Amino acid sequence: MNIDDFKDIPKEKFRFVQSDKDIHDQKFDTKPVGYFKDAFRRFRKNKSSVTGAIVIILLVLFAVLTPFFSRYHKDDRDAYYSYCLPKNNLVAGWGWGIWDGCKTFTVNQSTYDRYEAIPGAIVEYKGEVENPAASKRGGKQHKIDVDTYARVGFVNKTITAKQYEEALQYEKEAGVQLFYPIIDTSKINSVAFQNDANVWYLTDEKGVATRDISGKLQDIYLRDDNGDPVMCKPINNNTQYSVRVLYSEWYKYQNGDYASFLFGADVNGYDILVRLAEGARLSLILSIVVSAINLFLGVIIGAIEGYYGGTVDLVIERIKDFIWEIPTIVIFSLFQLYFADKVGPVPSLLFAFVAFGWIGTSGTVRAQMYRFKGQEYVMAARTLGAKDKRLIFRHILPNGIGYIITASVLTIPGVILSEANMSFLGIVNLQSDTMTSIGTMLNNGQTTLSTYPHCIFFPAVFIALLLICFNLFGNGLRDAFNPALRGSDE
Amino acid sequence: MRKYILKRIGLMLVTGFAIMTVLFILIRLLPNHIHAGIGGYEKQLEQMREAWGYNKPIIVQYGIFLKNVFTKWDWGFCTEVGTAFQPVTEYISSKFPATLYVNVVSIVISIPLGVVFGILAANFKNKWQDHVLNVFIMFFISVPAFVYAFLLQYLVGFKLNLLPLVMKSGTDYFTWPMFKSAIMPILALSFGVIAGDMRFVRAELTESMTSEYMLLARTKGLTKRQALFRHALRNSMVPLLPSFLADVIYVISGSIIIEQIFSVPGIGRVFVLSITSRDYSVFMLISMFYVAIDLIAGLIFDLSYGFIDPRIRMGGGKTNEY
Repeated sequence: MNIDDFKDIPKEKFRFVQSDKDIHDQKFDTKPVGYFKDAFRRFRKNKSSVTGAIVIILLVLFAVLTPFFSRYHKDDRDAYYSYCLPKNNLVAGWGWGIWDGCKTFTVNQSTYDRYEAIPGAIVEYKGEVENPAASKRGGKQHKIDVDTYARVGFVNKTITAKQYEEALQYEKEAGVQLFYPIIDTSKINSVAFQNDANVWYLTDEKGVATRDISGKLQDIYLRDDNGDPVMCKPINNNTQYSVRVLYSEWYKYQNGDYASFLFGADVNGYDILVRLAEGARLSLILSIVVSAINLFLGVIIGAIEGYYGGTVDLVIERIKDFIWEIPTIVIFSLFQLYFADKVGPVPSLLFAFVAFGWIGTSGTVRAQMYRFKGQEYVMAARTLGAKDKRLIFRHILPNGIGYIITASVLTIPGVILSEANMSFLGIVNLQSDTMTSIGTMLNNGQTTLSTYPHCIFFPAVFIALLLICFNLFGNGLRDAFNPALRGSDE
Repeated sequence: MRKYILKRIGLMLVTGFAIMTVLFILIRLLPNHIHAGIGGYEKQLEQMREAWGYNKPIIVQYGIFLKNVFTKWDWGFCTEVGTAFQPVTEYISSKFPATLYVNVVSIVISIPLGVVFGILAANFKNKWQDHVLNVFIMFFISVPAFVYAFLLQYLVGFKLNLLPLVMKSGTDYFTWPMFKSAIMPILALSFGVIAGDMRFVRAELTESMTSEYMLLARTKGLTKRQALFRHALRNSMVPLLPSFLADVIYVISGSIIIEQIFSVPGIGRVFVLSITSRDYSVFMLISMFYVAIDLIAGLIFDLSYGFIDPRIRMGGGKTNEY
């Protein structure tokens, strides 16, 4: 096409595109898509990441809300109910044999007699089993389903006269029996049962019940002159009474309802559900705080290093090398040894995380600074009079904002895992009435893994789920914030 | 190259020495744990502190410590862990075999498995085999080691009663009962490594497979498998081998968590014990040991790049020449 073709075009052939309005300020028909909106849009396409994010939200809600809805508190401790199995009154009522707090035990004769003497302890008798180890002694073993709540049985208590009167009143009103006759300790033949409030029957020295002709247990109650069993023994000039109570009823009298722990109880008789939520809350808060502090420190230090360079950079880099080479477990141990007594274990854990945590972020920011600080647009801004601070935070840093956000979010699972590891190993001691952590719970449950796996099961599932979801979420976030991947999977 | 290696080793030694100094001072400044036991031994304790040199200025103490370490390889003696007054070096070296035993077997099985599964995943990319392997990777990378260690212990050790719950103590490493009791810790150690290697191999291979030389290889008539093994795999080995080498070094340090769960009588367990019972000499030596492992692994990682791929010139100037 030749330029000459366009010569001498007659004026009539021209017409105005528009003549009555300006077009330069017209908006685009499409909506503008910002960086974050674009990232969110791409994130939403990744199904596994969205699932991960939803599950994380649910787990966080669990950790936050459980303490408000649970009937137990984190410091409710009842040593009598240690190692109770998970029980849900509703599900237990259906009689399916799940979630009912029962457990099958294989026990010898002596233990069997003891359980038999406790009302409600044996839920189902599953027959006798031959035990190769005990058969030499001619021992048969019994396989029984034991209600882990009822097996506490009777408990000796010392209460004041006033409490005793009130309890008797309650007994009458509610129509239940709280108090049971006192045991005559002189008639206990087995050494092992000397202080056991559940052995109210006659035994031989080995602790096996001596039954009467009809096979019933024979009581060894303390009896008064008339031959009636004694229900209470006054001590301290009649101001206090020593009594023997059925603990499950006593618990109901004290707390308004029978005990039932949805996730079971641990070795100390803490409710695992509320303790787990409490531990999870600690982990989450700690990790978020650590992540925020690391982000702050990392950005400041990295920016100073990368932007100013030179000697500052060299010195900080050497300090980073130095800290980075010390194994984290050594850092945690030293911080615990130095600060745990002064400021408590959690702040010292936090300090330890901060001590080395900022290095990762600062490295990223430093590289960012080096990459962009020489570019023309930065020079232009500087020529226009922008100060260092403005150059760093307004012009250079936003380039890597996606990467920095991803890195900070991914710090969270790392912190949770490290915290669990350290408290699991016992290097950080977080066990107390008001505080616990998932690692501590796992550590406590470890010794009884084979007999009471529920102590480990719930914390382990929680942390596994949380970490898997955080990884899925993090992967999605990383891809979403990476503009290079834009459109690659469409 | 030699200059770079020497420089790198020198830097490593300086860092190691600096860390040792700081650790020593920090540990010695701690309230010392040679406590009075039941009580009433203040005078004896004072004499003990005097005899052990704990009353001298910290710098003098460090001098003595350095002299002992460099002339006699004497790192102090055990106080709380192990037999009292046993040399720490002797005690720690008696704990090595168990750690090595478990970890060497683990690394020997997990690296090849990781590579093989990684190749499979890359080969079947976005097919169901890949998805299955990806779930495996996701699970074992995210879930903490103690969770699947507990799972193993409960299911295999307790429910099925196939293997002993904890590792046997003793030194008869090449007998069947010993190996049997070590299977679970080995497995627990391996899962994470296998999954990590798989992810790494898969990522590297899929990247190599999309490069142009692969297209050329296919164009000149190689089958997909031939191209994968002859071209893609070799190239993706460049970043992989250094990390495997570093893995092999890390083997010696063992896994503290796994040793704790399966009662492996190794140094990881002693380390935790030395912290909780505050045996500072043992703590110092094992900490320094871990630092040394870290430093050496880092060094080998860096240097092996140059050996494996001659295109990479380590430590060169801007022109990338010697």
